[in-house]
Amino acid sequence: MVGARGGLKLQGLVKRFGALAAVDGVDLELPAGQLISFLGPSGCGKTTLLRMIAGLEQPTQGRILVDDEDVTDQPPHVRDMGMVFQSLALFPHLTVAGNIGYAMRIRGVAKDRIRERVDELLTLVSLGGLADRRISQLSGGQRQRVATARALALEPRLFLLDEPLSALDANLREQLQVELRLLQQKLGITTIMVTHDQREAMTMSDLVVVMNAGRIEQIGGPLDVYRRPASSFVARFIGTTNLLTATRGSDGVLRVAGREFAVSGDGVAGDVVLSVRPEDAHLALEAPAERNALPGTVVFVRDLGEMFECYVDCGLDANVIVAGSPRERVQVQQGQHVTVSFPAESCIVVSGDEHA
Amino acid sequence: MRVLRWTITATVIVFLVAPLLVVAIVSINQNRYMDFPPDGFSFHWYGELVNDVGWRDAIARSVIIATCSSAIAVLIATPLAYVLRAYDVRLAPLFYSLGILPFMLPPVISAIGAQVFWLSSGYFQRIENVIVSHGIFFSTLPLVTISLAMDQMDRSLGEVAQTLGANPRTTFRTITLPLLLPSIITGYAAAFVLSLNEYIIAFLVAGFAVETLPIKIFNSLRYGFTPTIAAVAVVFIVIAATVFTMFAIFGNLLRFLGADPAILDRGREGR
Amino acid sequence: MVLAFPLVMLAIFFVAPFAIMIAYSFYRRIPGGFYEPAFDVGSWKRLFEPVFLDRAAFSIGISLLAGAVCIAVAFPFTFFLTRMRRRPQVALLILVLSALSLSEVIVGFAWSVLLGRASGISNILVWLGLMDEPRAYQPGFLAVLLGLSYIAFPFCVLTLYPPLSRLDREVTEAAQTLGASPWKTFRTVVLPIMRPTLVAGFLLVFVFTLGSYLIASILGRPEHWTLSVFISDQASFNANVPFAAAMALFLTILSLVVVGVVILIESRTRDAS
Repeated sequence: MVGARGGLKLQGLVKRFGALAAVDGVDLELPAGQLISFLGPSGCGKTTLLRMIAGLEQPTQGRILVDDEDVTDQPPHVRDMGMVFQSLALFPHLTVAGNIGYAMRIRGVAKDRIRERVDELLTLVSLGGLADRRISQLSGGQRQRVATARALALEPRLFLLDEPLSALDANLREQLQVELRLLQQKLGITTIMVTHDQREAMTMSDLVVVMNAGRIEQIGGPLDVYRRPASSFVARFIGTTNLLTATRGSDGVLRVAGREFAVSGDGVAGDVVLSVRPEDAHLALEAPAERNALPGTVVFVRDLGEMFECYVDCGLDANVIVAGSPRERVQVQQGQHVTVSFPAESCIVVSGDEHA
Repeated sequence: MRVLRWTITATVIVFLVAPLLVVAIVSINQNRYMDFPPDGFSFHWYGELVNDVGWRDAIARSVIIATCSSAIAVLIATPLAYVLRAYDVRLAPLFYSLGILPFMLPPVISAIGAQVFWLSSGYFQRIENVIVSHGIFFSTLPLVTISLAMDQMDRSLGEVAQTLGANPRTTFRTITLPLLLPSIITGYAAAFVLSLNEYIIAFLVAGFAVETLPIKIFNSLRYGFTPTIAAVAVVFIVIAATVFTMFAIFGNLLRFLGADPAILDRGREGR
Repeated sequence: MVLAFPLVMLAIFFVAPFAIMIAYSFYRRIPGGFYEPAFDVGSWKRLFEPVFLDRAAFSIGISLLAGAVCIAVAFPFTFFLTRMRRRPQVALLILVLSALSLSEVIVGFAWSVLLGRASGISNILVWLGLMDEPRAYQPGFLAVLLGLSYIAFPFCVLTLYPPLSRLDREVTEAAQTLGASPWKTFRTVVLPIMRPTLVAGFLLVFVFTLGSYLIASILGRPEHWTLSVFISDQASFNANVPFAAAMALFLTILSLVVVGVVILIESRTRDAS
């Protein structure tokens, strides 16, 4: 997006708390105008990274540039941003209007101008007419929207969200995910969202940054990250996957449990780990083919109506999971002998480290 | 179990109420000398409170001391509590204990300390001495109430204010202070009541020149009893009971005293 | 720094008096009413006279007793209180709080009337025909104990109230489904859980009553006067500030020692159980 504000550059960011490095060397260049998710398990450093961007934590090393302006040493109250906290942190002693208008009030903006803008924002987040309510009278979803409106009051160039929907129940969360995303697209504002929920990241993001132990594992669009995980960590963290250990024989051929496997994009020498998504694997009753197939016994069937999952013991470390829609359902029972096939183009080579 | 429950509750109620009742009866006794059954009833001892200069002055003095010293107590406690909580001072526990210490020890110790201090300063037996000494001694209460409130305050509130452009001073003024106000008021009220009733510090510091209400009451007891004392007591009790009842009606008394919110709701359903 | 102001105030008005008090305790007493700066351990020596040691032992003793009595009554009372319906609970708490806001001198006065010969309990008993003639129960040991308990009781209740109200009811219910009678549940479940709070409450009453001046003066004969009474009388009427200072410091040390010992015993037995 030409002319959009909020292009972010993170250079060599490190944050240490005592001996612990919460963020251990992050270099990132993020485009303006997009919704970017920092995704990872708890303790991976994503929140620390966000707080450094906000100025609530000082980096131990590294620089932060917004639109090529070095903001590393700026305290939070002079940075041009709006932030939504996990606890929402709405001011309990102010009304809805008081909360949303706070940023303007402390800058001395005229009362009627504040009122105008507050009404604008309330309409934007579909809370029109609730200006004079007390915070304690609002529902979870309404509070979330107030927090959003408050952060966006002065049209900041960065919109930062720290697990903004984690306090809501599942249905409300999914609804608000869509709302937030639509809002972001409408305003075209550069948005960085921290979440541990990969489905949330997949739903809302233009770009996903997967983090682990203070480092970035992979950056890419949601479907890229899903279909072509760069490591077994990413493969396991995003959705479920089957990880198959393949050894390379002296003839250069990859074998899983003794059976030959062809894979997509194999440029690596030696032993590898393959990731195959459950929905890409297939169940069949016939004997296994020569390549990319394993025999096994059905351990468990999960028929959820809208989809099914089948756990098959193929003699590997973990059960193989095959998933699919009801239409593809091959009628099997526990204890039955089946074949699981893994199409070559769905076998992704991920880095060889099992313990990501 | 039932029997035990009712026995203990009833005993405690009788125990707590008995002196209150006695005092009330004495205060409306016709005669100066107490006898039982009482001779006749009269409210003239209450009139005495208003008409007698000695009593009026003592009440006025105590109220002035309480008002000013509680203000001092809050002025000491608020910045102390804020800085200790907000800035992660390494010696914070030490300072906190130092602040609590005067209260944990027998008051006579602080009283002597204060007396000795003022004596050596050459400026003594004046009402200001009592005000300052009370202010310092009772600063513990607001310190505790404000620290507790700060503990329960969401840290993110200050941070969010900063992201909205408030520098630390503005944050304190517009967010922290308003949210701490209830606990500041509670601390003030507690210090006020305690100062009003306090005897030993006031006595040792300026007792011969400044006669506060408790000093006057004690002197009256020693040197000649009048039911006016009982009238004072009844007034105190009525004011206290009224204040707490209003608090209970308009506020949430149980939660204020630390009850578990979940249990409160259960109690309501069980009606 | 903003910290400076309150710290300075605390330093001047608290630390300084303490330091001055220590200095004063070594001053020499001039017979006839005053004292001069000196390094005289005369005051400290007097602390070891039997008269004084008796007084100290009595003070400690009666405060420990008051602590035990208060906790023994306040604990079950507060326990039942927290399980009442909302209205009665609020009403009782207002009663407790009202008792709390009475000043010590008024409490002393009230009990002196209640236990006196002119219009107290004994008069009611005579009127009911249960006694022959009215008796005064004050000044006396029991009067002082009752007075001390009265002023300490509300504090006890307010300290025990939050933890008792938060005590999970389902814990006691679980114990009963496992076969424990109400008494056994109380002994093996409630008591151990509440133990630290009970000890804290006990110590609170101990320290609080140790510092009481008015109750002992009003409701006790001279043999019942606590150290606090002794000290303030020395400081005011005898103008023997050095001795008063020495006693006050002694009282401080004594209280800290007793508190320390109780905490030590509590943590030892807790580790043992």
